[in-house]
Amino acid sequence: MSKEVIKISDLGKQYRLGQVGTTSISDDLKRWWYKIKGKEDPFLKIGDENDRTKKGNSEYVWALKDISFSVDQGDVLGIVGKNGAGKSTLLKILSRTTSPTVGEYKIKGRVASLLEVGTGFHPDLTGRENVFLNGAILGMTKAEIRKNFDEILDFSGVERYIDTPVKRYSSGMYVRLAFAVAAHLKPEILIVDEVLSVGDQEFQDKCLGKMRSVSESGRTVLFVSHNLLAVKQLCTKGIYLKNGRLLKIGTTKDIVEEYLNDDKQLQSDGTIPHDFYREISTGEAFFRKIILTDLNDNSLTRFAFNQPFKVKLILEVNKQIKDAVINISVATSLGEPIVFSVESKNSKYVSRTFDEGLHEIEAVFDLKFLPNNYKVTIGLHYFSNGVTIDWLENIYQFKVDKISYNTNEDYPWEAMHGYIEPETKWNYKKV
Amino acid sequence: MQDKVQDDKDWDIIVRPNSSPFQINLKEVWAYKDLITLMVKRDITSVYKQTVLGPLWMFIQPIFITAIYTFTFSASAGLSTDGIPPILFYLIGQTFWVYFADCLNKTSNTFISNAAVFGKVYFPRLVMPFSVIISGLVKLGLQLSLLIIVYIYYFNTTDQIHPQWPYFILLPVFVVIMGFFSLSLGIIFSSFTTKYRDFTFLLGFGVQLLMFLSFVTFPASMFSPAKQQLLLCNPIATLMEAIKFILTGHGTFSINYIITAIIITTLLFFFSVIIFNKTEKSFMDTV
Repeated sequence: MSKEVIKISDLGKQYRLGQVGTTSISDDLKRWWYKIKGKEDPFLKIGDENDRTKKGNSEYVWALKDISFSVDQGDVLGIVGKNGAGKSTLLKILSRTTSPTVGEYKIKGRVASLLEVGTGFHPDLTGRENVFLNGAILGMTKAEIRKNFDEILDFSGVERYIDTPVKRYSSGMYVRLAFAVAAHLKPEILIVDEVLSVGDQEFQDKCLGKMRSVSESGRTVLFVSHNLLAVKQLCTKGIYLKNGRLLKIGTTKDIVEEYLNDDKQLQSDGTIPHDFYREISTGEAFFRKIILTDLNDNSLTRFAFNQPFKVKLILEVNKQIKDAVINISVATSLGEPIVFSVESKNSKYVSRTFDEGLHEIEAVFDLKFLPNNYKVTIGLHYFSNGVTIDWLENIYQFKVDKISYNTNEDYPWEAMHGYIEPETKWNYKKV
Repeated sequence: MQDKVQDDKDWDIIVRPNSSPFQINLKEVWAYKDLITLMVKRDITSVYKQTVLGPLWMFIQPIFITAIYTFTFSASAGLSTDGIPPILFYLIGQTFWVYFADCLNKTSNTFISNAAVFGKVYFPRLVMPFSVIISGLVKLGLQLSLLIIVYIYYFNTTDQIHPQWPYFILLPVFVVIMGFFSLSLGIIFSSFTTKYRDFTFLLGFGVQLLMFLSFVTFPASMFSPAKQQLLLCNPIATLMEAIKFILTGHGTFSINYIITAIIITTLLFFFSVIIFNKTEKSFMDTV
């Protein structure tokens, strides 16, 4: 059996909505009164689930509730979930920058948290001084930093500027130096939040590489990212948080799939249930149905190579909407958008008025998708200011096969090097 | 129960919501001593970056303040300086007072000014106020050189100065008590201000007013014994008078008041650490 290094039991964090922090003076007094009488804190029994789409009844909200899991040594745990699912709250609690409301956790070994790069950098101090200061803040001793200093300098690539105050640095140099310090921490457990979203591609690759080598050396990593590709590449295990609750724990592959497919439970005829989770919506109109069909209106989720298709939508409008546009975009199976389409006439975008009631909308796509899995996102927005009326991300999935639709020319190759094949005119000439 | 205790021993960090406020982990603070030294270094070097005169400002400041005090309080208003040459009187008062007030002002900002760092990384929060006090001590040490020069000058040129040699050993003790007193007050304020910013305003003018009650600009002998007794409940006032007495032989010195000051400071220190401990756990939610 592998060694448990983190054990979390029934962890929860409650916040009070509104102005200040987790409580108010009158509630503080009430809590104190209950404590004197030897009763349980009355406010722990109430509190809504953390779900922005629903209007709650309580002033108190559980950002995290009933979280229990454990992490073994050497695990690289990816934490996925939408904005507001409680990922960062969980990392904050585990890195001890805030405390839980209920529950407990235990950790074995030294923890370093990297919720941000360059924490505590002082603009007036030189790069060298900041390396020492930042290293000490992250928990290194002076001797450790001195030992690693040349390596840090080398990794950062800002050797020439090391005795210049960091306020004169470009933002890239700043981040490089900061990450270099963090990368040379030698903790048993490393907690990383979204730090990879800064910096250029080269730098991001460098960070990912460093994190991989950290995990290969048998240390434990907890990693939060919206970059599912990175999660998939790095992590061995995953947990999926939703509205402050732990939905699933398992292999990274399962978790990523679960995350991508969750909430997309359409009925088989493409009807979108009325209680469907919506990230953004003004409530003026809702999409009620989406299907993809071939040109003969047969509903399909699997298309042949080369086959044109139609997206059919039913839109329910609660009150008249003027100057609105519908957009349809297609993304890869990992959610990376590749096609974006809005109605246009003579190269000009067209906006429309929708009266109250049900509308059926049809959009014909004549585009050669290469064999792969795809996801469709639909949205309704005001044309002039871009306000989103309804938006359903990755709502519909379809697959394109290698088999050709109208000719005998099937897609001939094994590997796919792109997603779309454009009409290309080729000219050859000997010169 | 036995099992649970046994189980806890295997883990390095255990976090529960309602751990005891008396759990003061000074060992942990000690483990971060390198951070304290680096913070002190940062405080001292970063202040004088991009200045021409640099650390000379540390001396310019007390010289000017002493000159102004001498002009307004002594030369113009004619307040007594207890038989001590006015310049020396004000320089002593102001050197120690600035040390106290600086430490108090800076520690009272611990949570708010470090919110960005505290929100991202864990280290024992007490590191910050401790490093402030130590930076203050270093600055005081440097400023004392000015005081010593002036002191030696008056010692040689006048016969108004009667040093109480056997008591000199108490001076460092007094400085430490002052440091702890400002640390305690400062962290109590810093704990309260995280949630209720009202306290920043209170502290802002409170420190100014306290100066007038601490015998910095006039001596205790100006007051009737009853009033003196009341004013000497303030540990800073007691220490200020005692320091002047030890250095010059003029001032109020009573072992009873000094013991009272030590007791007040000790109680306040434990109280402040408890409040600080309670605040640091969740201040990120209230700051």
